[in-house]
Amino acid sequence: MAVKLFREAIREALIEEMERDPNVILMGEDIGRYQGSFRVTEGLFQRFGPKRVWDTPISEPGFVAIAIGAAIEGLRPVVEMMTWSFALLAFDQIINHAAKILYKSGGACPVPIVIRGPAGPGRQLAAQHSNSVEAWLAHTPGLKVVLPSTPADAKGLLKTAIRDNNPVMFIEHPRLYLTKGEVPEGEYTIPFGVADIKRRGRDVTIVTYSRGVQIALNAAEQLAEQGIEVEVIDLRTLVPCDWETVFNSVRRTHRAIALHDDTRYVGFGAEIAAQIQEHAFDYLDAPVLRVAGADVPMPYNRHLEALAIPNEQRVIEAVREVLA
Amino acid sequence: MHTIIMPKMGDAMEEGTLVRWLKREGDPVQEGEPIAEIATDKATVEIEAPASGVLRGIRVAEGAVVPVNTPLAYILQEGEELPSETDGKATAPSATPAPAPAEPAAASAPSAAPAPTDGGTRILASPLARKIAAEHGIDLALIKGTGPKGRIVERDVLAYIQAQKAAAPQPAVAPVVAPEPAPAVAAPAAAERVESLNRLRLITAQRTTEAHQTIPHFYLTMEIDMENALALRQQLNQLDESLRISINDLIVKACAVALEKHPVINARYQDGQLVYPNGVHIGIAVAVEQGLLVAVVKHCEGKSLRRIAQEAQALIQKAREGKLLPDEMTGNTFTVSNLGMFGIEQFTAIINPPASAILAVGATKRIPVVQEDGSIVARHRMKVTLSCDHRVIDGAVGAQFLQTLKHILENPLLML
Repeated sequence: MAVKLFREAIREALIEEMERDPNVILMGEDIGRYQGSFRVTEGLFQRFGPKRVWDTPISEPGFVAIAIGAAIEGLRPVVEMMTWSFALLAFDQIINHAAKILYKSGGACPVPIVIRGPAGPGRQLAAQHSNSVEAWLAHTPGLKVVLPSTPADAKGLLKTAIRDNNPVMFIEHPRLYLTKGEVPEGEYTIPFGVADIKRRGRDVTIVTYSRGVQIALNAAEQLAEQGIEVEVIDLRTLVPCDWETVFNSVRRTHRAIALHDDTRYVGFGAEIAAQIQEHAFDYLDAPVLRVAGADVPMPYNRHLEALAIPNEQRVIEAVREVLA
Repeated sequence: MHTIIMPKMGDAMEEGTLVRWLKREGDPVQEGEPIAEIATDKATVEIEAPASGVLRGIRVAEGAVVPVNTPLAYILQEGEELPSETDGKATAPSATPAPAPAEPAAASAPSAAPAPTDGGTRILASPLARKIAAEHGIDLALIKGTGPKGRIVERDVLAYIQAQKAAAPQPAVAPVVAPEPAPAVAAPAAAERVESLNRLRLITAQRTTEAHQTIPHFYLTMEIDMENALALRQQLNQLDESLRISINDLIVKACAVALEKHPVINARYQDGQLVYPNGVHIGIAVAVEQGLLVAVVKHCEGKSLRRIAQEAQALIQKAREGKLLPDEMTGNTFTVSNLGMFGIEQFTAIINPPASAILAVGATKRIPVVQEDGSIVARHRMKVTLSCDHRVIDGAVGAQFLQTLKHILENPLLML
């Protein structure tokens, strides 16, 4: 297996799917001639030409609406958001149209659209560009929500997203673009709704996704030196979500921690805690804790931002707390 | 001064568990007010204050098992003092009557130290700790919690179980090699999972095994048309909404009428003789969280349908709450077990002594029935299976009983 950057793996998925299916098109701000703000679409305009790689005007509601229409008519648009924080302008299109058209048309109009781009804190992008969007999206029936944590997962999940007939929200963490990982050679996809146990352990289960996975693995490494074995579950997709893997793990470890960058209050960790107590109550030996972002607009200041987002130390403290 | 003692709740009762004090040392109590919960084999009941006054001199700690008539505490009126031999020392709980050979080694050995509470009466314990304790029939009040805020967690219950095992009588020759210390956290389940039975399940296991092995069972199945019974029930429930008569109530009442006509079904075999009881006492099998209980409606003979329904429903409710008194679950002369609500069409039940027969009731279902003129109509039918003790009941006798039962349920005015 070759070692690749996270953004290279995403690019590979786009290229492979565009070559496999002529209906796959890319849309977004500065993705063509400029080759993308995070260089994900580097070389694609040259390779596939202006009919398949569209530079859009700076109007998120407009080009998301065009993508939805194109999807209904048979294309499979992959829309890049320069950042998911810009997608807030298009939330009417995403939530009131993309998520609901299949239902409102009585099943006649699938909307096979993928919206992808970076979201999340940790790169000093300040309050307005550091939003985590997964809780908003996962809360809306009709959307699938994907948050890969490794290059291999990103490639396999994006290929599945493009082939899915439903709107798929594909959320890339900006801190992951330059991370490296082994990516299998040749054709492969990763199904939605299958969590990946990134590390096995018997003492406590950390349920996380996206950037949280690496934090959890680093913390697990340190805790292992003290004889504490942490199990790290990467949900990979929040909708659909592989709860059985979570419950089975908690039934063994009896303790669970939810971890994410998104703000804590009504974040996805609340759903994780609720699901565990509903389905594995008798197996719990401690409360389910959440390690999450502070409930504040993200500070620009480097030191304040670091204080507002999860890190290894906070995970280790939470593990100690549930093992007390 | 009034002495509160461990009451004798039934002929067979020799000891009881003080589950928890509902009042504390020094609390004022009113006559008739519940002051403690005690448990016998199958039931948990409240002890009421025999007089008003102040609760003093608690001698028995929560969780302790003591013989009947043991003084538990005293109720004092103003100016009265505790008897001198009671210095407030509580009997420590001990599950094994034999004294432990030596000090239990484990630091977390059970002690009489009160379990942590949230300031009220609820003991702080994790869900997992509660589950393990329930599986082993251990009262959490006996266990000292070592978790945050003194919460009882898994390791505390496991340590308690270990300590109990250590305190149990050991074989004369001690093993030379010390056993491996258990890992702090249970190893991943490589082998089968082993779960101790709670007390109720253990008793159920023993009694059903004994009944099935010692009583020669045979089974008779009959289909009964329920159209008229259902119509009557609907009418009754419309006319008086204060009490909903269930199908089960109708069946119990019909059994009572039929048993009066066939006293041998109501009789029992005992040491080569037939014993005819002085009443029709119908037990109703009730599934509860911990296992199976039989609630007994006493003296059904001559009782109206409404009266039987009232008593049966009250008993079933008590059974579910674990509050049946020993007398309310013994002495049945016949038993009804109904799995109709689960859609079970037909099944055979194990006789519940001292009764000689048990009626297994299936679901009432609408099915096509060929009438005498050859036409087919949809009718509500129910299948019942009578398990009979052949030492008491012969096939023909059991069949006649079922014919009578069928006749009554198909012509329910006969119940009135």
